[in-house]
Formats: sequence, structure tokens, C-alpha cells
Amino acid sequence: MENLFINIARTLSDWLLQLGLSHFWTDLVLLVVQWTAIILIITLNVIILVWLERKISGFIQQRLGPNRLGPFGCFQTIADTLKLLTKEDIIPSQTDKLIFKTAPMFFIIVSVLLYAVIPMGKDMVVVDLNVGLFYFISVGSLTTIAILMAGWSSNNKWSLLGAMRSVAQMISYEIPLAFSLLGVVMIAGSLNLSAIVAAQSNIWFIVLQPVAFVTYFIAATAELNRGPFDMPEAEQELTAGAYTEYTGMRWALFFLAEYTNLVAVSALAATLFFGGWQGPLLPSWMWIIIKTYLIMLVFMWMKWTFPRIRMDHLMSLSWKVLVPVSLINILVTGVGIEIFKGMGW
Amino acid sequence: MFVESEPYIINIGPQHPSTHGGMHVEALMDGEEVVNVTIHLGYVHRSVEKIAESRTYTQFIPYAARLDYMSTNLPAWGYVEAVEKLSGLTVPERAQYIRVVMGELSRIASHMMFVGSLAIDLAATTGLLYCLRDRERIMDMLEMTSGQRLLSSYMRLGGVSHDLPEEFFPAVKSFLTDVPAMLDEYNGLITGNEILQARCNGIGVLTPETALAYGVTGPNLRASGISYDLRRADPYGIYDRFDFNIPVAQKGDCMARLMVRLEEIEQSARIIKQALEQMPEGEILGKVPKVLKPEKGREVYHRTESAKGELGYYLLADGTDKPARLHVRAPSFINLMVLPIISRGSKLQDIITNIATLDPVLGESDR
Repeated sequence: MENLFINIARTLSDWLLQLGLSHFWTDLVLLVVQWTAIILIITLNVIILVWLERKISGFIQQRLGPNRLGPFGCFQTIADTLKLLTKEDIIPSQTDKLIFKTAPMFFIIVSVLLYAVIPMGKDMVVVDLNVGLFYFISVGSLTTIAILMAGWSSNNKWSLLGAMRSVAQMISYEIPLAFSLLGVVMIAGSLNLSAIVAAQSNIWFIVLQPVAFVTYFIAATAELNRGPFDMPEAEQELTAGAYTEYTGMRWALFFLAEYTNLVAVSALAATLFFGGWQGPLLPSWMWIIIKTYLIMLVFMWMKWTFPRIRMDHLMSLSWKVLVPVSLINILVTGVGIEIFKGMGW
Repeated sequence: MFVESEPYIINIGPQHPSTHGGMHVEALMDGEEVVNVTIHLGYVHRSVEKIAESRTYTQFIPYAARLDYMSTNLPAWGYVEAVEKLSGLTVPERAQYIRVVMGELSRIASHMMFVGSLAIDLAATTGLLYCLRDRERIMDMLEMTSGQRLLSSYMRLGGVSHDLPEEFFPAVKSFLTDVPAMLDEYNGLITGNEILQARCNGIGVLTPETALAYGVTGPNLRASGISYDLRRADPYGIYDRFDFNIPVAQKGDCMARLMVRLEEIEQSARIIKQALEQMPEGEILGKVPKVLKPEKGREVYHRTESAKGELGYYLLADGTDKPARLHVRAPSFINLMVLPIISRGSKLQDIITNIATLDPVLGESDR
């Protein structure tokens, strides 16, 4: 069980080599297989996640949630997906068509790219980049461009306002997000995510870096555009914000990408603060799934409890609270590391 | 300045999640800041006042109940009292008490809906569901008495349509004992939330002077520090027999408007408790002629404290069984007029909060 996926990959590559393919082609085929698997898992996972979110919000709000289709309504999301796929694809006449069409694709591509560096188990990482964390943050911030594209090309005031809010929010929250992760990097001494996981074999970084975790969590919620920071969507004010003009599968792609992002950000939190794939008894890939889902539950819990924060409060929270706190955290971490080194730790 | 910016117009409504019905708010914005707000009303206009002229006095009761559909018994009550005043009908004691009980239950339902809709307008969806859960118990009680949940048309000229059924009393008693627990829950989930406080404190301040100048009434006026409640200032029905407080807040902001309503739920529960204790046995419908024909030229203006404010009915009789003229002084309409004043200079998101806390019912304001 432990090496289930690795063994599958190894069998496949052995088989390809036996067929007489060179190492280059074998690696290429494997890469394609890996990416297809990731995309499939992401899509299936989102279907489960949407169902889970609706069930959980039902539980929080003292109602049943979906319960008609299949046991506990678990086929509801599949039916919804089919409905979205068959809906008419409306493109308003005054939009910037090229950008309008590419925005959802861009969003989903960026979200999927995030998975490249996350170790999903022991020795299970698509690309073991030595600057994995840096890659994650920089690619993750590209999502705002997708939202800006959608908002700008829609030629709608709500969309534009939503997009502008999104840009302002992302720029403000990118900084505390990156700063909060620096503490972890300083202790682990590496930007490589596998190395960071390895550094947590004795103690999880949540114990050493609780402040960083809280800052990361808040900033990540803002990055994900999830409640209480769902400014770009802001249903009650901006009807649907940047996504107002989108229908059918194009809209669903945004939805898909947001959930994909949610999984990625939660998986990163699990990797950086909760020991990644490390855990007793169960296989490593199962541990990271469990940890990721638990973190996602907290994200959902927050979304369904809190009202939306106001735009200017959002800004002042970032610049006046999160940035100073994360800077102080870096300072304290640095001093702490030096002290421990001096004590010969 | 490298970039020139100019104000632009954003249309909130008439189809919008947060306008509480068909209302069109034209907001002139400078970025996220509100320069001016214009309200366009009339999307739910059903010419109720004109309809009244072609209906008999009795036939109009269901229309009155549909004015403020969030607290259906209160506008109907105001109307039947106006007609009773016009034609000198008497109402039996028991019916008076039943009206108080049902009216105050409707007021609680309306205020619960207010709290819930404020929560969802600030994107706290769970708050709405909690309020709806509790309001559901009131809806069940309305169904017990009249067979209808939302628009019960329970009031009749000279009384009420049915006596209270037996199962009503345990239901209302258990509801009243649960009211403090419900309010505790709202305080924990909604009013106690720091984000909500940040979005309501000091937002949409309505000064007492503006409120008086615009004729704002009801909880919105009391939130601005003026203790004016028709149940106390000009008691109608049997309100002079009950002991209750009039909640007043001083600040006049969105938070004050929310707190006043939460306290009013408590006070309404107190009134219901007293009314149930004092309720005598007896008739529920007085002697009313089959065809009501008030003499020509008689007119009456009767005002009651509805959940939204001072709800007044002006009736002019022309000697037939139909009124020559009916005019409704709709508190929602008048309260809504201060929206531009309290919204200017605030943020886009504050317009939504302001609309929610002014608590308009478009069925009443458009008529």
C-alpha cells in the first residue's frame, strides 16, 4: 500500500522500456500519464468537495443539504456538472471575446500547475523543484490575472469592480502570505517542499511557527477568494463579481479552479505546518489526503460562519496587522534560531 | 495624478440579490466610494389604493394583509381598526387580545426576518437560516389559527376569523420560553461577530434631526434616540393595558437599528405573555352588518405601529359599501427616503447594509 502509486509508475516505465522506447520517451509518457492522473483526480475531487461543502453547510445551517440523488445525495454534483455541461454557452456581444474565452482556461491551468511541486506522499512529487515554495507562491499569484481578464473582458461594471477588488486584495495578501512562510523556510533551511517535509520528522512546524500558520491561513483565505474574503465574487453586492457574465461550463471552470486552488493551498498548509505526508500506520499518500481535508473543513467552517469583511477593512487588516505580525515573526524566528545554535542545538 | 478618474453609475437592482424585492438603486460611485444615491421605486406597484375603491370594506382585508407580507397581521389589523373607527363597530374583548397576540407574533417574525436578511446581506448565510428556523415556529402558529402560513388574512371587521385553537397555547408558550435562548444565539452568531460589528458600527448614521425632518418612524427612528412608539404615544386597541418598554438606541447607525429590533423582539414577547394571561373567554366577532355602508362624507385617519413604523390608513366613505378613497401612509416608503442621505460618502458595501437596516418591504412602499 505504502508505495502503491510509485509501484504503478515503476511497472509502467519498466513495461515501456521493454517495448524498446528510449529513456527520454519513457519519461515523457510518464509525465503525460502523471498529469492526466492529476487532472482526473482534481476533477473528481472537486465533485466530492462540492458535495461535501453543501453537506457541511447544511449541517452548519441545520438543514439537510442535498439528499435526493443517490445515498446522502452524493450524485447531486454529478447531475449538476452534467447540467452545466449541457447549458447554452452565452458570450455577450460587447465582450472582448478572445480574453473572455481564455480567462477560465487560464485560471484552471494555473490552478493545476500548483500541484507540480506538492509532495503527495513519500517520493511522490511530480517535479522536485529546489525552489518549490517560491514556485508555488509565484504561480499561485497568477490566478489574479485570470480574474482580471474575466472582469475586464466582460465589459460589465460589476465584473470590473470585482476584478479590481481581486487585484487589490491579491497584491495586499501576497506579501503576508510570503512573509509568513519565510519562518518555515528559515527553520527548514530550504525552499524545497520535500526537504521541508523531511525537516518535520521530529516536530511539526505548527508547534514552532504558530503565528506563521495563523497569518498564512488568513492570507490564504484571501488568496483563495473564499468567505469572509470573497471580494471578487461578493454575491450580495456585485451579484457575481468578475464571473457575472459567465454561464454554463465557462462559469463552472472558474468554480472548478477555485476548488482546485483550495485543495492546493490546503495541501501546502499540511505540507508546511503539519508534517506533510508523515504519519504512523497509514500509507503516506493517505496521510496528506486526511490532513488536507481537515484543513479544508476549517476553510468551509469559516466561510459558512462569518459575514464578508468590508473592502477597506480588508486592506487595513493586511497592511496594518498581517504584514507587521509576519515581519515580527521572521525577526523572532531568526533570533530564536541563533539562540538555539548558540546553545548547540 | 497620472490617471484621470471620473464618477460612474452603478445600478443596484431592480434585479439584484440584496434589494429585498424590486427596487432600483442608482449609485453614483467614485471608485468604491458613494457620491450619490437615487432610488427608483414602483416595480412592485399593484395600485392597491385604487383597487380599494372597487372592493367592499370587507373584501379589501386580504389586500391590506399583502402590504407588508413580512408581518401580515399588522397591516391588516391597522386596516380593520380604521374601518371600525369609520363605522363605529365594537370589538369583543377576547378578539382584542387575540389581535394583540397575533400582531405581536407577526412583529417578532418581521424582526427575525430583518436580523436574518441583514446577516445574509453581509454574506453570513448561516445567520439567515437560524432566524428562519425560529420564524418558522411563528409561521406554524399562524397556520394553526388561520390555515395560512405567510398571508393569513386573519383579521375581520369586528374581530378575528377563528378562535385560537387548543394546540396554539402550548406552541406559543414554548416559543416564548425559547425567545431568550434564540436571542442569545443571534447575539453569539450575528451581533457578536467582529466583522459584522465593524461593518455596522458607525455606518449609515441617521441623525435625529434628519429622521424627524423626513418623517422616519418605527425602529429606525427609535434607533436615532427618539422614543416614539404609537403603542405608547397614541395607544390603539388595548395597548394601554400592557407593561412594556420602548427600546431606544442613541447612535442611529446600522448597529443601533439592529439592536433596537433585537430588544423589540424581547418586548413583544413580554406583551404576548401578558395578553395570554389576561385573555378572557367570550365572543371573537362583534355584531357587524352584512353590508357595511358608512354614511357619506365620513372620513377617518387611523395609525398603528407596524413592524416598520407608523402605518396609517386614510378612509373616505361615500355612502356605498365601497370606500371613495383609501390612502396608505407606508412607513417603508418614507423610511427608505433617507437612504441617499445616510449612504453618501460611504462605501459601496455600505449601501447594502443601509438598505438592509432600513428594512423596507417593497410591497408596502410601492403599494
